Amino acid sequence: MSLRNIGIVYRKELTEALRDKRTLITTFLVPLLLIPVMGAGFTGVMSMVIGSAKKEKPKVMIVGGNDSPGVVEALKQNPRINVLPTAPDWKNRVIEKDIRAAVEIPGGFDKNLAKGDAGTIKIDIYGGELKSELAAGNIDGFLKEYRDSITARRLQANHLPAELLRPFQVKRQNIAPPEKEAGAILGGIIAYMLIFMCLNGAMHPAIDLTAGEKERGTMETILSSPVSRTHLVLGKFLLVLTASLITAMLMMFSVQVSTAALQKSHVLGEMAEEGEPAPQLALRPAAIASVIIMAVPLSVLFSAGLITIALFAKSHKEAQSYIAPLMFLVVIPAVAAMLPGVDLTPKLAVVPLLNVSLLCKELVTGEYHWNYIGLIFASTCVYAAGALFLAVKMFQRESVLFRS
Amino acid sequence: MIEALNLCKRFRDKKRGEVRAVDGVSFTCRPGEIYGLLGANGAGKTTTLRMLATILEPTEGTARLCGHDIVEHPEKVRANCGFLSTATALYPRLTAQEMVEYFGKLNGLDSVTLKKRIDEIFERLDMNDFRDRRCDLLSTGMKQKTSIARTLVHDPPVMIFDEPTLGLDIMTARTIIEFIRECRDRQKTVIFSTHVMREVEKLCDIVGIIQSGKLLAEGTLEQLRQRHGENDLEEIFVKIVSPHYGAQELV
Repeated sequence: MSLRNIGIVYRKELTEALRDKRTLITTFLVPLLLIPVMGAGFTGVMSMVIGSAKKEKPKVMIVGGNDSPGVVEALKQNPRINVLPTAPDWKNRVIEKDIRAAVEIPGGFDKNLAKGDAGTIKIDIYGGELKSELAAGNIDGFLKEYRDSITARRLQANHLPAELLRPFQVKRQNIAPPEKEAGAILGGIIAYMLIFMCLNGAMHPAIDLTAGEKERGTMETILSSPVSRTHLVLGKFLLVLTASLITAMLMMFSVQVSTAALQKSHVLGEMAEEGEPAPQLALRPAAIASVIIMAVPLSVLFSAGLITIALFAKSHKEAQSYIAPLMFLVVIPAVAAMLPGVDLTPKLAVVPLLNVSLLCKELVTGEYHWNYIGLIFASTCVYAAGALFLAVKMFQRESVLFRS
Repeated sequence: MIEALNLCKRFRDKKRGEVRAVDGVSFTCRPGEIYGLLGANGAGKTTTLRMLATILEPTEGTARLCGHDIVEHPEKVRANCGFLSTATALYPRLTAQEMVEYFGKLNGLDSVTLKKRIDEIFERLDMNDFRDRRCDLLSTGMKQKTSIARTLVHDPPVMIFDEPTLGLDIMTARTIIEFIRECRDRQKTVIFSTHVMREVEKLCDIVGIIQSGKLLAEGTLEQLRQRHGENDLEEIFVKIVSPHYGAQELV
């Protein structure tokens, strides 16, 4: 009888939830669309800014160098910069962002170069400005090549090997396993999104099934049926939990699909440093699965907690005003976990929400510290059980059910 | 059969302190009888009936419905009674049939019995036209019929009506009155509360007059008329209630 009644309540609440537009939107649409929309928006803007900066042929002026046609001519031939005739106010033009950079060539450069040391070429830029920095990078790279070619010619003239000046090479390479790189990049944000989605998915149904029921006047109807209040609240709780878990799972699914799509597109390559491979964003299925498992006690905690709070309210609106401040409380530990340097310690492992955020950050990178996992899963289960117990108790109280 | 034994309900109220909403109410209603609880607003009618339906728990005293104690076996009591009031709304996103089915299932009916029961009730109340229509799209009359079907689905021996006609138009109210009478004819125990004298005169076998949580008078209409030397129920009511009216406000 008991399980049967919980099942009956659950199925009825499910039927109603599937006919409620707002529940459908928060449970299915938001987690599926939020990540791709946010991701596409962010990477779209980033790639647009960087792409257009890279495509632009920066305007550059050459200051001095009248007596050094060799280097000036070489600079003018460089297809990646656009050399404008020198104006006397070139400094101002850099500051006004009319031109991206100016190249100051010391007097007698060509002549001194033939002798040996020709002094220093200065590149004047607008520091911190992306397009100016990129232009400087171009000029810098070009001048180094120019210098290397002169060195090579000199070595050749003296019948010396090119390796004389380069006895060894230096190369940097990324050996982080791709999924760990993805975890390091996405870990914090995934933990944050998971907490947010578990809460968001539970919120509307929790209000609808408690305060909403009072507001619509069906509370008295259902209380007059033989179902016990414990079974009634458990049936309701299971529905809220379902919505919360579906939201969390769809969010993870959406993260997986979005990162895979992003990986395939050229956007990541454009954002990477020249010559470096694009960063890996795709997460391993095991990382996704472990995060979802952690979401279960978290969803239980949120579902039961929200039911308890919303039950006090007499209307949907009142419940929302109670729950809105809660959103901030929940977001703080989630954000704290994103800060660099905040890592799991035995003490932090029992702080609700913060522990799950920190653990998710680790799980996503494929690190499994089983003692922490056990501790955090267990402590979250304890908090969740406490919240559920409280929800059941609240549902027995006349002063809460019939608050006027 | 309903036996109320010294039912009491006290609330804590911030402004008024302790409020005795129901204060030692005892009465008996038998199968095939309609017991009318007559009282002004705030007299304690709703609280009394909510306690009988086990929606509220009495602070003191108890009651028995079909022999089941409302404090000790509230689930059994609810399985034996149908509760209808203007506050018992329908689930807007369920259809009329789903609504009745839900309560049938919660009452432990198996699917064969439930289907038979629903077909029978829907036929009798002429509800087949809006069987699959969502409750939020039903007219007031249709909603009321669905509520009746909801209370009847498990064929309870006791029916509790809390101001069932409050705010309804004449035609819908008549359906309800008709329905209450039918319940009596089927040998059910019926209790209903109202502040409308005409409804009492039309329906009740026994009248209980309640004010400030106390049952002040009880008897058949004829007994009350003889006892108070008046023919008009309204006059009788005023005579009984006046000395106590506003007592609560004075406290």
